[in-house]
Amino acid sequence: MTSPIIAIEAAGLAVGYPDESGAVAPVLQGVDLSVARGEFLTILGPSGCGKSTLLRAVADLLPPSSGKLSVLGGTAEQARRRRKVAFVFQDATLLPWRTVRQNVELPLKIGRGAIETPIETDAEEWLALVGLAGFADRYPNQLSGGQRQRVAIARALLCNPSILLLDEPFGALDEITRDRLNDELLAIWRRTGTTILFVTHSIMEAVYLGGRVMVLAAHPGRVQEILDLSAMKDADGRSAREAPEAIAAMVHLRGLLAAGASAS
Amino acid sequence: MNTLNKRRLGAVALPVFGAASILLIWQFLVPALGMPAYILPTPLAVAAKLVTDWRFLLENARPTIIESALGFLFGNAVAILLAIVFVHSRTIRGAYFPVVLVFNTIPILALAPIIILIFGLGMLPKVIIAAVICFFPTLVNMVRGLQLQSANEMELMRVLSANRVEVFLHLRLPRSVPLLFASLRIAATSCVIGAIVGEWIGSNQGLGALIIQSTFNYQSDRLFAAVFIASALGLIFYGLVAAVEHRFVRRPR
Repeated sequence: MTSPIIAIEAAGLAVGYPDESGAVAPVLQGVDLSVARGEFLTILGPSGCGKSTLLRAVADLLPPSSGKLSVLGGTAEQARRRRKVAFVFQDATLLPWRTVRQNVELPLKIGRGAIETPIETDAEEWLALVGLAGFADRYPNQLSGGQRQRVAIARALLCNPSILLLDEPFGALDEITRDRLNDELLAIWRRTGTTILFVTHSIMEAVYLGGRVMVLAAHPGRVQEILDLSAMKDADGRSAREAPEAIAAMVHLRGLLAAGASAS
Repeated sequence: MNTLNKRRLGAVALPVFGAASILLIWQFLVPALGMPAYILPTPLAVAAKLVTDWRFLLENARPTIIESALGFLFGNAVAILLAIVFVHSRTIRGAYFPVVLVFNTIPILALAPIIILIFGLGMLPKVIIAAVICFFPTLVNMVRGLQLQSANEMELMRVLSANRVEVFLHLRLPRSVPLLFASLRIAATSCVIGAIVGEWIGSNQGLGALIIQSTFNYQSDRLFAAVFIASALGLIFYGLVAAVEHRFVRRPR
């Protein structure tokens, strides 16, 4: 009973980390969210609001402590086991003893039994897509931070995921590199039609990338507002960084974040 | 390029110069101070002994080589296997790691007679002593090395639905390799110590036995020759380990 249009659905979702006694202190609670297939949702909020926690719940890295979470019509675990969900961490998490090609191909070496359909795919193709053609035989420590993050994205795309989760992937990069990677990510999104959840603490990035921006508040982590920006995106899903509507959205979000910060 | 060659030359020439200067001082200072040759021989006398008695020395080096090599393989293999068990079972680790830690505080010189008592005077007790000496550093390093993976790396493996074996082969094991070789380099020289200590206590052949006999007989030139061979053995083992590491471990620059 896979829904053709809904990728992720949460109702009254609470997620937390268990403490030593086994009791779960929720980091994030009362999340009602519905993400359509092919949507690009950016998640914005102060530190401690549970942005990463939400992604970890969708990736089945953390179990929901209460409420409902459905991923691709089933549980998060089913989606993970079917290799339908890919995760990109803030640090690229490349294995330093593997070449770029071997890093991208890591998903092929692991969990063969978990893959629904055998994947015949070429690392070179994905490396070309992220602009790293010709880098296949380098080692991670021979790459810049931006290049490493591109490799991590290529590795995530290799499994042809339905949902791509990115946890502040460009947070450690300089502004110019970040802008370029934002454009490349949008191009990849348009080409693959993957559903993307993208955590950031850059308001500019959230507005530029997201069809919707979800703002979380901290202490306790909860949804403050979900801002729909689809009206200001052009046919390609792109918005100008300095368009008046984008500026207005950024001002609005800045106000929301400031209000959330002063309340905590 | 020129400066690089100069630096390389310096890396070889400087230690050679250092050793040669010490040997030279030794050669002339020992007779000058009136030190009798049966207490402290000159380097040339030791060298002469190495040349004239090479067959005898080599015959005695043979059991030592076998004992230390077997001890090295055996001790490190057990250490690696136990480390794998320890990182996968909290219970076994909780029960036995402290025991191993306490066991390690027993000086090898105190332990050696016990091992000889139990296993007799053959080669086996020497192999065991050499193995015991190699075992501990490798166990500790390997337990640490197999847990070097970051939280993100473990999450990456989980997102990929990796099982324990895959996490071990693709993450824990490669992460541990540098630490493993660090302890193998230590074991390469300490296994020789273990074999010689074993031979001191209960043997009439091997470099250890030769060292003890030469000491009691005031054959100091033969004693020094045996010490020289023992040291060379450690260096050769060390070189072998370094060569294996160089051959099999890709070190991205």
